[in-house]
Amino acid sequence: MLTFGTGNKAVAMAARDAKPVVVAAYPITPQTEIVEEIANFVTDGTLAARYIPVESEHSSMAACIGAAATGVRTFTATSSHGLVYMCEMLHMSAGARLPIVMANANRALGPGWNIGAEHSDSMSMRDTGWLQVYVSTVQEAYDATMMAFRIAEHTDVLLPVMINLDGFLLTHITQTFETVEPDDFIPPTATPHAIDIKNPGGYGTLTPGNVHFKFRYDIERGMRASIPVIEETEAEFARRFGREYHLYEEYRCEDAEVVIIAMGTLGKEMEVAVDILRDEGVAAGAVRMRWFRPFIVPDLDGKDVVVIDREYSFGYGGILAGELQAKSGCRPFSVIAGLGGQEVTYDDIAEFVRIRRPGTEHWFGVDD
Amino acid sequence: MAIPDEEFLLKTTSACAGCPSSLILRYVTKAAGADTVLVIPACCTSVIQGVYPTTAMNIPVYNVAFASAAAVASGMSEAFRAEGRKTNVICYAGDGGTIDIGIQALSGALERGTDFLYICYDNEAYSNTGMQRSGATPLGAMTTTTPGGKKDHKKDLDAIVAAHNPVYQATACAAYPQDLYNKVEKALSIPGPKFMHILAPCPPGWRFPSEKTIEMGKLAVKTGLWVLYEREGGKLTITGASKAAMKKRIPVEDYLSVQGRFRKITAEETAEVQKTVEDMIARLQREADGIC
Repeated sequence: MLTFGTGNKAVAMAARDAKPVVVAAYPITPQTEIVEEIANFVTDGTLAARYIPVESEHSSMAACIGAAATGVRTFTATSSHGLVYMCEMLHMSAGARLPIVMANANRALGPGWNIGAEHSDSMSMRDTGWLQVYVSTVQEAYDATMMAFRIAEHTDVLLPVMINLDGFLLTHITQTFETVEPDDFIPPTATPHAIDIKNPGGYGTLTPGNVHFKFRYDIERGMRASIPVIEETEAEFARRFGREYHLYEEYRCEDAEVVIIAMGTLGKEMEVAVDILRDEGVAAGAVRMRWFRPFIVPDLDGKDVVVIDREYSFGYGGILAGELQAKSGCRPFSVIAGLGGQEVTYDDIAEFVRIRRPGTEHWFGVDD
Repeated sequence: MAIPDEEFLLKTTSACAGCPSSLILRYVTKAAGADTVLVIPACCTSVIQGVYPTTAMNIPVYNVAFASAAAVASGMSEAFRAEGRKTNVICYAGDGGTIDIGIQALSGALERGTDFLYICYDNEAYSNTGMQRSGATPLGAMTTTTPGGKKDHKKDLDAIVAAHNPVYQATACAAYPQDLYNKVEKALSIPGPKFMHILAPCPPGWRFPSEKTIEMGKLAVKTGLWVLYEREGGKLTITGASKAAMKKRIPVEDYLSVQGRFRKITAEETAEVQKTVEDMIARLQREADGIC
């Protein structure tokens, strides 16, 4: 059904259409509209879920863990301080192999208080065992949320999935989008280790050093197995609903000599920059990274690379630039831009390409 | 009520000798029966239940992060109820996981009317990590982080819980298993949020011989330091051995002097403990009489 609304509304509607049994909710700007919309769906009966209005984000993930442990579908949403507050429970949920789906409205961390878009929140949670996908349009927010349930719950994966959408730039902009009737696109949950009263077991008991690492490796096994599951899910989504997604999206890359790489809304903005540069005779292309975990390396051989990071790892560098350099051997021009909702236009992005110096770092708007 | 023979805490626990927490757990699970899930934050019971791949528990046990037990139980209870299942969800948490780091999640779960039973077994310190002070450690008690004796009073957890108006609230003590069993059974027969606070005299932590666990629990009740009661529908009822202790008590010195942890308690502090007992007894008696 064709409709229109914000990125938040699209996420809420996708969660509704995926029919979770338990939703734990705690408000935080700029995600709040998601949990408000779901409260409306539960109140008006369009979603037959248990809505748990918890007292903190730590508890929202805890409640999702308790529910998912019984084998039911769960959903929650958060942002920024809420995400890092639940950090402990992110580790616990992935370690317990629970297919929880969560939307995160990417937002800066304080101090000082800033509610603008930034990826520091989710990128700092990169080692928790959660899959992370970054979206760039309202339609993609809907579609990625829908697909997240199928990917997370796949028995080869059984890991939680975080859908990341830029605060305000996507959570609060309105676009038309199409909803779908998933039917059996998302099969019923079949968590193999769901709590079974008839076959009682200990979950998360003391685990000695001679086996603990095997469970850690199992998480990595699920992460690696998620790549074909994501591809198969995206292919099936395209077949059923007509919208195509890939592990990463390329734009005019075929003959490109320089590629710009970013995630989220900047990853869409840079397509206009590519068109501008092409008009100037620069053989530019763009790669929008959708999945940050698992990390999938695009083919960058022989290309100049400009990476835009909307976060920073202090004492190291831009996280995306660093990971791409480590995995692909490229020498990126690392641009740090868009922190705390800093405005970055397609003209700015085109300029990043013009001034590029491979192997160096550039903080957009910082003079020294 | 007859206590069934069926055991859900099997004989292969990793508990210390004379452990009250495993004794309490044994009776709690007997009262709860097989259709029960335990949610356990970091506490002594994390160890008592055994080491992977074995477990001493014959019901599902879900081990969770320290601060999260009541919130995990919220999600679990809602999921079971959504599926039409009556499975008991019981948090079994120590005093640190309840009074200190877990109190926010507990408060939220009680306020939301979660259908679960939260049990705090209280050994008055972080015993699992070697006896550090908690908010439940009483005045004058030595711990590894209060080597000179604690200078602050025990936090009044029961008053905090009472402020949430749970459908059922009770205290119990490891030394009185029948009273404990009856209360767990009653709690689980009522839908909604239930809370029990159970005193667990800990031999290594409190520094008394391991064969004296029951004796120590009885002294706590006979001195009036620990009062057995239940509160249901706003009505407080004194139960079991505490009925006599409401009228006639032995001095608190009889309890303090037989525990090594109170070795450094001062005469002034002892007098203060005695006064605290008298004030609490008077307050509970007024409530039991319907005066307050």
